[in-house]
Amino acid sequence: MSLQSCLRGWFSKCVLVPLVLLGLALPAAAEGGELGALISSLGAEDRSVAGAAIDGLARRPEPAALRALEALRDGKLRVAPSGAAYIKTEDGKLLDAVSGAAVTGVDASLLRTAGVNNVLRRQLTQAIAALGLRSKDAGVRLAAAEQLAKALDEKLAPLMREALALEKDADVKALLKQTLAQVDFGSSDPKLRIAAIQAMGESADVAFKGQLSALLERDSQGKFKEPNPEIRAAADEAVSIISRKELFTRIVRDLFYGVSLGSVLLLAALGLAVTFGLMRVINMAHGEMLMLGAYSTYCAQLLFQKYFPGALDYYIVLALPLSFGVCMLVGMALERSVIRFLYGRPLETLLATWGISLMLIQTVRVIFGAQNVTVANPSWLSGGYDLLPGVVLPYNRIATILFVSFVVLFVNWLLKRTPIGLQVRSITQNRAMAACMGIRTARVDMLTFGLGSGIAGLGGVALSQLGNVGPELGQLYIVDSFLVVVVGGVGKIAGSVVAALGLGTINKLLEPFAGAVLGKIFLLVFVVLFIQRRPQGLFALKGRSAEG
Amino acid sequence: MNVRLSSLWGGALLMLGIACGQSSSPAPEPAAPAAPGAQTAAPAAAPEPAKDDKGPIKVGILHSLSGTMAISETSLKDVALMTIDEINAKGGVLGRKLEPVVVDPASNWPLFAEKARELLTKDKVAVTFGCWTSVSRKSVLPVFEELNGLLFYPVQYEGEESSYNVFYTGAAPNQQAIPATEYMMSKEGGEAKRFVLLGTDYVYPRTTNKILRYFLQSKGVAEADILEKYTPFGFTDYQTIVAEVKRFAAGKRTAVISTINGDSNVPFYKELANQGVKAEDIPVVAFSVGEEELRGIDTAPLVGHLAAWNYFQSLDNPENKAFIEKWKAYVAKNNLPGGDKRVTNDPMEATYIGIKMWAQAVAQSGTTDVDAVRQAVAGQVVKGPSGFDAKMDEKNHHLHKPVFIGEVQANGQFQVVWKTPGPVRAAPWSPFVPDSSKKVADWTYPWLCGNCTEPKVALAK
Repeated sequence: MSLQSCLRGWFSKCVLVPLVLLGLALPAAAEGGELGALISSLGAEDRSVAGAAIDGLARRPEPAALRALEALRDGKLRVAPSGAAYIKTEDGKLLDAVSGAAVTGVDASLLRTAGVNNVLRRQLTQAIAALGLRSKDAGVRLAAAEQLAKALDEKLAPLMREALALEKDADVKALLKQTLAQVDFGSSDPKLRIAAIQAMGESADVAFKGQLSALLERDSQGKFKEPNPEIRAAADEAVSIISRKELFTRIVRDLFYGVSLGSVLLLAALGLAVTFGLMRVINMAHGEMLMLGAYSTYCAQLLFQKYFPGALDYYIVLALPLSFGVCMLVGMALERSVIRFLYGRPLETLLATWGISLMLIQTVRVIFGAQNVTVANPSWLSGGYDLLPGVVLPYNRIATILFVSFVVLFVNWLLKRTPIGLQVRSITQNRAMAACMGIRTARVDMLTFGLGSGIAGLGGVALSQLGNVGPELGQLYIVDSFLVVVVGGVGKIAGSVVAALGLGTINKLLEPFAGAVLGKIFLLVFVVLFIQRRPQGLFALKGRSAEG
Repeated sequence: MNVRLSSLWGGALLMLGIACGQSSSPAPEPAAPAAPGAQTAAPAAAPEPAKDDKGPIKVGILHSLSGTMAISETSLKDVALMTIDEINAKGGVLGRKLEPVVVDPASNWPLFAEKARELLTKDKVAVTFGCWTSVSRKSVLPVFEELNGLLFYPVQYEGEESSYNVFYTGAAPNQQAIPATEYMMSKEGGEAKRFVLLGTDYVYPRTTNKILRYFLQSKGVAEADILEKYTPFGFTDYQTIVAEVKRFAAGKRTAVISTINGDSNVPFYKELANQGVKAEDIPVVAFSVGEEELRGIDTAPLVGHLAAWNYFQSLDNPENKAFIEKWKAYVAKNNLPGGDKRVTNDPMEATYIGIKMWAQAVAQSGTTDVDAVRQAVAGQVVKGPSGFDAKMDEKNHHLHKPVFIGEVQANGQFQVVWKTPGPVRAAPWSPFVPDSSKKVADWTYPWLCGNCTEPKVALAK
């Protein structure tokens, strides 16, 4: 009865009642007293009871409290029908949640996993952080103080004041003071409020901007809502600090996102810059090479899952050569079987490669199914680096940028510093003359097409880390790829690099204002106008081949 | 795929023209089905019920088996075939077996209309189960109305529609979007004060967000606390949008309401995880993400994000257990791709209920005649895998459904955190939208109308 009335009404009044009831009913409570009662009500189906227990445990110094809270957060807390709570360890053993001793003879099939929802999860994070302030390790205390600062919970203020009195580490102290200052923001003492406002300004955190600018607003009669001019002055200064900082972070952020989008475009387009740029093959199957590269990555992941599950995080090491090799072979086979008969006939090439692309899509669909396949990011590529407050650089984007620089250097080296590169360039400039000089143009054509396809395969590896891997993956990137190569200037790798980074940055600078859909349209309009003015692209190829 | 192709791929358009010649140019506008209709209208004024009442009853299945929507719709085709098998194994309906006619409209909206016409005029199907996106439904609607066919539509949608020829077994906004938003505003849901409405750029998200905007305003949420953003189909670069959401969320409790459709959800959720947006800070509640869509994502960083549906695979009741068992057995027997990783989801449940309901209505009316069956479907009840009695409303052609809100778990399933005590009646015309609030969907006397403010067939007193 009391549980139900708690559900409806203001729960904290009733919390003690169910706690006591539970406590009387449970054998665990007899051992652990109040602590035991709190721990066993963590698993209560009524979330307000569980929430009250979390708040109660946040004040308990015993190690069992932290252990139980962490178990609940990680989904390891089990509840028996009697209400007794157990912690399930990694190796499948059961520990008593209160005493921490291993228990045997409990029927695991009767145990229920204690569930949490977002509100409880938020409370849990705060409670664990509050307990973290008691840790002997200064690093843990700092992390705990950071968490408490991130999401202010006024209920925990007394705990923080206690911890501050005992704290010796300067960083933790400063952080706690700053956090407590926010609590003081709501106080009636003007001195405390001004100190709080200054602390908020110093943190330069955008989160405070709304609160602070509210102090500067006027009501309908034109009077300031905040009567104290000193407080207004402090708020004004804090707001301007935050605004300056905000503008800076926005610029940094948009530039990074632009470069990151540009590097994706470049990866997608680089293979095409070789097959279309150097060889003039309008290769509509280019997108499918990206797709094959992504699927090769998927296969590499499957192989590692099966044979080296311990080293799964490093499947990329196999994926790179595998996708390069697969796509290169497919590309060379295509060149030998279809494309070489169509040199100099762009329309037929276009149709034939489009047909090939449909065939490749359908083949993959038959083998792997129409559904997308899961390519998991290795754990070292998940997450991001906090550059500034509000600017997170995701590791997979950083890795993409590094990877594309590597691929560009590799292609550049191959074309500029190797014999095969020399032959490719000579054929690009004047095919007949190169043939007269004894270059086996057919063989070089095959290798070049293979190289372009292989690079596309490498692009596919990167794309598999950023987006979806499905049979239609290539269709998404083919337009962008042609866009980059045409804007950059056909025949120049450097042109593609500049075009990709330029288009990426313009797109990302437009996006916050125009939205993703309009941004893309503006970009296309821009490209159309640009090509009208300069049909040869950014970097034009000089010499006779330009007419060829 | 087709959306991208035709909108972006200038070169491909040219080739489409060449490849297709003059024979059957696919009309680019959804409004165009009238044009091919002109050729076939003469012989097919109305599809006649099969003459001999001994042979099998033909049942149309109109789901994309290729293109972008294949991801979601393939499962619906599979579950439809499973249900038909089940009915046939028990002797069929009226002593006749059901014979499925499966066609593939290939995620191509105009092709949906052509295939629908083919089903109705050439195959003379008694009923059709099909469509997923609202744009495909809008495309076939005129065909079903012109030829007096019968369509069961199994997916949650934006409402603002009720057709004499369609039965909607998916959720209307008040059975999904509105309760989910209310939950996010409640104490239990985290008391969100600010809302980001994020969607794919087409009719369903735009209309849903319009309704939500009116709803939020009625609850006193200020205009400045609502951010509306759209991305194209197949969008993959969510960096800027996630950063913007984080910035917008600073200062007030914020919830994201996502109507992103299809595989864009994978990069969106990955980006959320990479930028460290946790469900406890900024929860995302999605209307088009279910068990099937999560199969392609590592869900460990997404624990706590939400989805609102009328069914989850994790529901614990005997009907659902039997349904899942049947599905697993069917997948194993037919060796479907995906094998034991296949899951059940809400639109599959809605398809299952729809077919059962139609079979009951045919048994009741003793004929497959569309006009008779339509009368019999109204008020029909099926005990659904959600554990509740799903009743087809007598008046508005929508199903009464319970609403569940679930949080994503690490295993890709949902844990129900909120549910309605029982089924909710659908309100196809949203009371929150001024233009719609006066409209009535009622297919009984004296209204006989899905979209009007006055009764249509009232007899003079």
